[in-house]
Amino acid sequence: MSDVTLDLARMMVARRARWTTIEIIFWVAAAASYFLFPTKLVLLTQILIGGLFAMSLDLLLGYGGIPSFGHAAFFGLGAYAAGLLAAHGWGEPVSGVFAGGAAAGSLGFAFSAVIARVRGAAVLMVTLCIGLLLFEAASRMPWLTGGDTGLQGIEMWPLLGLFEFDLFGRTGFWYAYATAFLLYLAARRYVHSPEGLALKGMRENHDRVPMLGVSTVRRKMIAFTISATIAGMAGALLAQTTQIVALETLSFERSVAALVMLIVGGIGTLIGGFLGAATFIWLRDVLSALHPVYWMFWLGLALIALVLMARGGLVGALSRLTARLARVRTMR
Amino acid sequence: MLGLVNILIGGIAYGFVLFLMAGGLSITLGLMGFANMAHAALAMVGGYTAALLIGKAGWPFLAALAMAGVTAALVGAVLERTLFRRLYQASELEQVLLTIGVVYVAIAAATYLVGPEQMAITVPAWLDGNLRLGPIDLNRYRLFLIGSGVALLLSLVHLIEHTTFGAKIRAAVFNRRMTASCGIDVDKLYALAFALGSALAGLGGALSIKLLGLDPNFPIKFLTELLIVVSVGGLGSLRGTFLAAMLFGIIDVVGKYLLPEIGAFIIYATALALLTVRPQGLVGRLR
Repeated sequence: MSDVTLDLARMMVARRARWTTIEIIFWVAAAASYFLFPTKLVLLTQILIGGLFAMSLDLLLGYGGIPSFGHAAFFGLGAYAAGLLAAHGWGEPVSGVFAGGAAAGSLGFAFSAVIARVRGAAVLMVTLCIGLLLFEAASRMPWLTGGDTGLQGIEMWPLLGLFEFDLFGRTGFWYAYATAFLLYLAARRYVHSPEGLALKGMRENHDRVPMLGVSTVRRKMIAFTISATIAGMAGALLAQTTQIVALETLSFERSVAALVMLIVGGIGTLIGGFLGAATFIWLRDVLSALHPVYWMFWLGLALIALVLMARGGLVGALSRLTARLARVRTMR
Repeated sequence: MLGLVNILIGGIAYGFVLFLMAGGLSITLGLMGFANMAHAALAMVGGYTAALLIGKAGWPFLAALAMAGVTAALVGAVLERTLFRRLYQASELEQVLLTIGVVYVAIAAATYLVGPEQMAITVPAWLDGNLRLGPIDLNRYRLFLIGSGVALLLSLVHLIEHTTFGAKIRAAVFNRRMTASCGIDVDKLYALAFALGSALAGLGGALSIKLLGLDPNFPIKFLTELLIVVSVGGLGSLRGTFLAAMLFGIIDVVGKYLLPEIGAFIIYATALALLTVRPQGLVGRLR
């Protein structure tokens, strides 16, 4: 390749990696929400954690085109790993998150070899089975996981030895915010690296990537392991901030919820997962308060409407809006 | 020894229940390639129709069964015409999301209309009780299920493999445009096939209430098992679905008897192992 083409390619990659307005607004708004809604900190923390989990799925689905139907397996495993550690005498939060990530990442790595070798509907089925398998395992081991009542007795040490986890969730909020933001930066690095480019290449044309001398199996294994690790870290955050781990963290419903958040927010954008989580969790909070069944009804209707009408989710809609505003401004 | 035989018969009967419900899914998901998560919701429609007709309106059992199939077929046809047909060419993920949306609406509607309680069904006297065959006690209803399952398998295989209708569907799935240019109305064909799959779902739902129970969470509770049966069997193969249904029915019942503490774990582990070794399914071919 000549130097000019190489430079051009580098420029393209650098331009794509630029921060968009939506990303900046989201992280500023998330920080501001701490001051705007001081009574809703627990909900805001859940949004950040849900967003992080949806983002981990976005790495697979949005960038690699690999759907996962049982991603809660990794979220829940991370939650249980961090929760068990804290319940058995090691309440240090940061190492707990790493432990959750490591547990989920190892499982993800173990299954990634299978995932990387199947395609199409079989991927959905294999990931579905992984999710169901972990849920069954956890519910059948109440001596370890607490079963239906959930894992209790989680005692957290002060964050970095300085900040106690308080009842209002102030420490919890900033802890989740910082972790989610750092992992967001890491995920950005990953998708804009050559590794991430190869992943996108697979999404666009699976059969052509091997012709460039790139192993699709290895790319998928790496993506799946990274995604599982981040999902596990998100789970660990939930366990530490709520100080309980319910079986629900491993459930099929949670896997579907992550998919829905991603579709609502817009796939293949990273920030979409967070926007989707904010919409989803806020709406669930409002509608479930009315009646749990209402929530299910509206969720179902919203899903149908989304698939039929809105392509690109919230990020797509917002980008179209900003593009239109920019056009109006240049016309003046 | 005799106990084991009885458990084995229980497993086979459960396998037939699975097949009765998964048979329709084998058409919509397996043959037509539409990721239909709403299948168990259609089974629920059939189940409620039968249970309410028998319990509230006093219909005879067989008539209520037929009506369950008809109602589910109608609901399925309406859904197909208004929603699903737009997504035949879309990605699996979009099909999954749309149909899960339908499942959620169905659960909410069932809770609102019928209530969250368990629904029971009364079967006529000729299906109640046991039949003694020498040393073995056979439950009449289970025998009836096995008989219906065999009849369903034979007629479906005949329909798909030996009639023009089946040939047309297989052709349309293989190459939609080519089939259309032969003068076959693919749109109508798909609608018919989908209604057929839905009718079978309704019938299977109505037949299985006695063994599985029925409440508004039915569409989610049994969805995963049906999906596993169809995909482990091999997409597009009725024989594969049948084989997988038998396999999982027997493994489930025998496993729960021998190792009650691990429950459904054994099913999912088997499914995962089988899908790992044969992603195309037991009978399927690699596409």
